[in-house]
Amino acid sequence: MTKIKSLDELRKKKQQLEQNLEIREKSDHPESLVQIKVAMATCGIASGARTVMNALVEKIRNDKIPAVVTQTGCMGYCYAEPTVEVKKPGHDPVVFSYVDVKKAEEIIDKYIKNNELLDGILPANYQTI
Amino acid sequence: MYKMQLLVCGGTGCQASASATIVEKLNESLKAHGLTEDAQVVTTGCFGFCEKGPIVKVIPDNTFYTQVTPEDAEEIVTEHILKGRKVNRLLYENPETKEHISDSKHMGFYQKQMRIALRNCGFIDPENIDEYIARDGYSALAQVITELTPEQAIDMLKQSGLRGRGGAGFPTGLKWEFTRKYTADQKYVVCNADEGDPGAFMDRSILEGDPNTVIEAMAICGYCVGATKGVVYIRAEYPLAIKRLEIAIEQANEYGLLGKNILGTDFSFDLELRYGAGAFVCGEETGLIASMEGGRGEPNFKPPFPAESGYNKKPTCVNNVETFANVPVIFLKGPEWFNTIGTEKSKGTKVFALAGKINNVGLIEVPMGITLREIIFEIGGGIKDGKKFKAVQTGGPSGGCLTEKHLDTPIDFDSLLAAGSMMGSGGMIVMDEDDCMVSIAKFYLEFIVEESCGKCTPCRVGNKRMLEILEKICQGKGDMDDLDHLRNFAYVIRDTALCGLGQTSPNPVLSTLDNFYDEYVAHVKDKKCEAKQCKALATYTIIPEACTGCTVCARNCPTDAITGERRQPHFINQDLCIRCGVCYTKCKFNAILVQ
Ligand SMILES: Cc1cc2nc3c(=O)[nH]c(=O)nc-3n(C[C@H](O)[C@H](O)[C@H](O)COP(=O)(O)O)c2cc1C
Ligand code: FES
Repeated sequence: MTKIKSLDELRKKKQQLEQNLEIREKSDHPESLVQIKVAMATCGIASGARTVMNALVEKIRNDKIPAVVTQTGCMGYCYAEPTVEVKKPGHDPVVFSYVDVKKAEEIIDKYIKNNELLDGILPANYQTI
Repeated sequence: MYKMQLLVCGGTGCQASASATIVEKLNESLKAHGLTEDAQVVTTGCFGFCEKGPIVKVIPDNTFYTQVTPEDAEEIVTEHILKGRKVNRLLYENPETKEHISDSKHMGFYQKQMRIALRNCGFIDPENIDEYIARDGYSALAQVITELTPEQAIDMLKQSGLRGRGGAGFPTGLKWEFTRKYTADQKYVVCNADEGDPGAFMDRSILEGDPNTVIEAMAICGYCVGATKGVVYIRAEYPLAIKRLEIAIEQANEYGLLGKNILGTDFSFDLELRYGAGAFVCGEETGLIASMEGGRGEPNFKPPFPAESGYNKKPTCVNNVETFANVPVIFLKGPEWFNTIGTEKSKGTKVFALAGKINNVGLIEVPMGITLREIIFEIGGGIKDGKKFKAVQTGGPSGGCLTEKHLDTPIDFDSLLAAGSMMGSGGMIVMDEDDCMVSIAKFYLEFIVEESCGKCTPCRVGNKRMLEILEKICQGKGDMDDLDHLRNFAYVIRDTALCGLGQTSPNPVLSTLDNFYDEYVAHVKDKKCEAKQCKALATYTIIPEACTGCTVCARNCPTDAITGERRQPHFINQDLCIRCGVCYTKCKFNAILVQ
């Protein structure tokens, strides 16, 4: 370990190290964040949910979006996988269907950032725990 | 980049139930399923909910798994991490509604808590200084030593209103100012990690879960009071805390956050550990210093206070672990912020070790001014087995018992004192209708007699005499004069003992005498113990209708007090009965009545 020699160096060090704690910090106050849930049951994974999740996580990090990405079990829309549910603070949850990497980015750019709705929204008629 | 993290509790409680193996198994399982890029396992400090440990918390969805075994690791990975399905059977179950609660934020145990001193416990890996730095660790130290004069820093601390968490609640900023005032070629900062109250374990948890925060605060203290050396006095019975402290000190030294010319300034600070053998009296600061110097753990008369003449006769600032744990945040968030939390004269939060006849046992941190009712019935989830609340003991062996009538008092240093108890280190033991208050007072006095160093007569002899009286009462041999004697002894010891141990030792007796006088009278006059704890006061009789005449009681009675024909109801001769209770435990037909 190299020595930290000034307040500035400590600040830089902190910035480098922050990322690993980011998801923990965010989960500490989930109410104020956009909650994104990717359906990751067998059906979801088979149709590429993992790649979609990776893309979402990456973009959120890069664009510094106040959001957390979690996975849920099957939401019951196996025909429309991969599905992604987005819950913005103060809004009802919205479920997007047939999400691929491109659509994932659109969800963030259009719906999350600007509140524009996209195609492929499913009626939310289920409950999760 | 990890998408999920599995925080596994590595506190003493959870480690005792194999949490280290859980970490191993989780890692194996992640590897087997090719998930090592997605999820990371982190060993953290205590979550506070030790009773339901081992705890595994999954981030970012805050899923709180309780009583996890190494065998559950595979299921957590294949179900939760791989498929996003929570493992229901491991979720916390609300004892009343039987409903599974997944998010720890929705658990009654956590809802009213506010974590300042414990902010990093159960959140970061205590063996990795980088995680502490990522949480603004050492920023307070850096700011203080590069941007503030010691006087300015002390002023901020005074403004914050922080008072010592070691028991007496002395204003911390003022203590630092006193220590600064004395000039000497060497001064010391001492962290009191003796934690002598048998019911408390917050200091251990802080050191195990976030050792760096204590180190940082001690360095800040060193800068403020003008000390270049710090010593943590810690009981040798805390091996895990010692190990984590050692790791943290080594890492801080490697980063240059301890040692010579910290962050390129003129300020240097070194830290070492000193082990105590675990005597209650060594938690008293002058006793602690005597023990640090290699002498017997015997307190000295104050003044001079350690701030003037302490370790090696040099000015020494002694603070408690939890006190220190509050310091860095105060500098980061500002004294005004700290000032908004708590009551008028007690700012901030206090950590309590909640134990006894309560549903949720564990370590909690709550804002000062919360009521006992909120702690016991909301955070603690109420009394076990639906029994009736009787009393709550706060402050350990130096404290007292509070009752129903105190349930709605906002608690802080001063209100607890006014109610005849004290904050102490934050032990909180809840009692129900089955607890005998005379026996409780006796229990604490036994502890005191055992732990008194013997240097002064009031404490050494007086407490022994008080204990003898209590024993007499519990045996049904007490009379009303004894109750007056108890009080007289208590006042003399309180007023004349040398150190805090003796001065506060009568508290458990006095507070039970005040709040449960009738119970003492019942023991003395009616020879009755309502809670049925004092065996000698019980009468054992046989219910003829229930007795089958199996002869088991008669065969086991050590004094042959039980007679009767086979298959006929038996009978206990009260003159021969020594009230040992053997018949009660041996009878298979619930035919023995205890009154
Ligand atoms: C009998 C007795 C036992 C004590 N035990 C402890 C202890 O275990 N830990 C502690 O921090 N303070 C203990 N104290 C209080 C210390 O003497 C001292 O006041 C305290 O460490 C100062 O730190 P603070 O100002 O941060 O509270 C004890 C005091 C007495 C009288
Ligand atoms: S030791 Fe694990 S929760 Fe306390």
